[in-house]
Amino acid sequence: MSVAFAFESLRDTTSRGRKIRDRVFLGGLWAATLVALLTLIVLVVTTYVDARGKLNFDLLRNFPSPFPQDAGIQSALFGSLWVVLTSGVLSLFFAVGSAIYLEEFSNSSNRLQRLITLNIQTLAGVPSIVYGVLGLAFVVRGPIGWGFTVGSASVVLTMMVLPMMIVASREALKAVPPSLREGAYALGATKWQTISRQVLPAATGGIATGSILGVSRALGESAPLILLGALAYVSSNPTGFDSDYTVLPLLIFKYATEAQEEFRAVGAAAIIVLLVLLVVLNMLAIIIRDKTRKSW
Amino acid sequence: MQDESNHVVGVQTNRAATNVREVNLRIDLSGDADQTSREMIMESVDLQVHYGDFLAVRDVNLAIHRNEITALIGPSGCGKSTILRCFNRMNDLIPSARVGGKIFYRGIDLYGPDANAGEVRRRIGMVFQKPNPFPKSIYDNVAFGPRVNGKPSKSETDDLVEGSLRRAALWEEVKDRLKQSAFSLSGGQQQRLCIARALAVDPDVLLMDEPCSALDPIATARIEDLMHEIKAQYPIVIVTHNMQQAARVSDRTAFFNTEVGANVTRPTGVLVEYDQTRKIFSTPADERTEQYISGRMG
Repeated sequence: MSVAFAFESLRDTTSRGRKIRDRVFLGGLWAATLVALLTLIVLVVTTYVDARGKLNFDLLRNFPSPFPQDAGIQSALFGSLWVVLTSGVLSLFFAVGSAIYLEEFSNSSNRLQRLITLNIQTLAGVPSIVYGVLGLAFVVRGPIGWGFTVGSASVVLTMMVLPMMIVASREALKAVPPSLREGAYALGATKWQTISRQVLPAATGGIATGSILGVSRALGESAPLILLGALAYVSSNPTGFDSDYTVLPLLIFKYATEAQEEFRAVGAAAIIVLLVLLVVLNMLAIIIRDKTRKSW
Repeated sequence: MQDESNHVVGVQTNRAATNVREVNLRIDLSGDADQTSREMIMESVDLQVHYGDFLAVRDVNLAIHRNEITALIGPSGCGKSTILRCFNRMNDLIPSARVGGKIFYRGIDLYGPDANAGEVRRRIGMVFQKPNPFPKSIYDNVAFGPRVNGKPSKSETDDLVEGSLRRAALWEEVKDRLKQSAFSLSGGQQQRLCIARALAVDPDVLLMDEPCSALDPIATARIEDLMHEIKAQYPIVIVTHNMQQAARVSDRTAFFNTEVGANVTRPTGVLVEYDQTRKIFSTPADERTEQYISGRMG
């Protein structure tokens, strides 16, 4: 029973230098994670400390005011919810519609389709202030002329998050395995039956996740809304699409630039409220994703 | 002697199309006496499929008979699955696929103006290589076909689901958990569920594309038994890589092979020989069939 190779040992022969390099690399990864995490923690903790005195129900009950002791955020909170929910519904409708068209109906080798795809990807990277300028010219004034209203803001935010949501919805549709479509077609289902009864339900999780992330972005957006009239003290909640409005990020900005030191606390408290809303939305996205996760 | 010349179809590259047709017709008339009772239900005539510029398979003349299982065998890339997918127009879903020649189903041209792809697929069901149940309950999987083809009432649907699951020999195993996800079933059960799903729309023909290749031997044996049980009601066309399976289950076998054309790099598939299975496996007329059967090729 001769063995073809000489048997030495099973001891570790890795060189010392290589071991050190392994450690350094791992340390670098840890450091990078730690920096990101620490920044976030420091931000949240200092904001919380600043906001402590103001985090109570009066904050939610009171309207913005030039006097710090009366200042609250109610109209901005409701303004944000109005704008974000409206643009969420609008963008979901248009994003799913375009994604279905692009993925299921148009031919991927088609010139027009490639042009549309390229455009959507470009639009997803356009700075949001550009959408603000566009909205000011076409929605607030110009051909539509809705003025500084909830409706204008919703339409512009819809335009802003739409490219991102189309991309996310397309990815969700792409992830539905072709075998599912084949199974439906093989039973005599029409294209619309296949899409509406099999493909869309299977893609719901991905579409919902992408949409909620889009809505989160709209919730934190401030730049385009400066041009759309949200940078103002508004002392009443919106009652419809034609109402005046302001939103949380811009109210925070206003409070931060007031002369009196007490406004900082109100601003910090508004930041905490905004962060809580964002965390809730993100958790919703995760829950929906996990609940609808399918194994194929 | 008659067999030798009759059962060779579309072998030589330059054989004229009319000649092939003639050979094909003679096949249908030849053979055993009991075949007179075997009504032909589908027929392909000079069928050829292009993917873009690539000719995937050419000159296929096949006849599918009632009460029979027809097996399509041959090496990889010989166009068996492509041909199968022409039989219920699933190739329509591939934009680059072009189908030439004709396929007749009860005398109607499948690709002609009188045929709607959805109606074709309802009449000619299909079971795929990998079990592909919908991400829904067992019940909803079977009920999907009847629901897209009409609006059956609750009791009608219940009856259809039970009947289809019984015919697919799955009812006893799943009757207490119809509302559970189809993914809770084993691979073999999933494949029988897919068969039940196909039977639920009461098709006329059942196409099976390597239905057992993802299954273990026990599950495979159950599917094969099932095929024997249902072939009287549903003629079956099965693509298989497993020659033993073709020999076990089929009544007729078509052997496909690849040939490299003059100026193409990818080989084109051709139908070498089509005959009763026992003849193909005992006394094949073509040398290439014999080589493939005996394991010297492919």
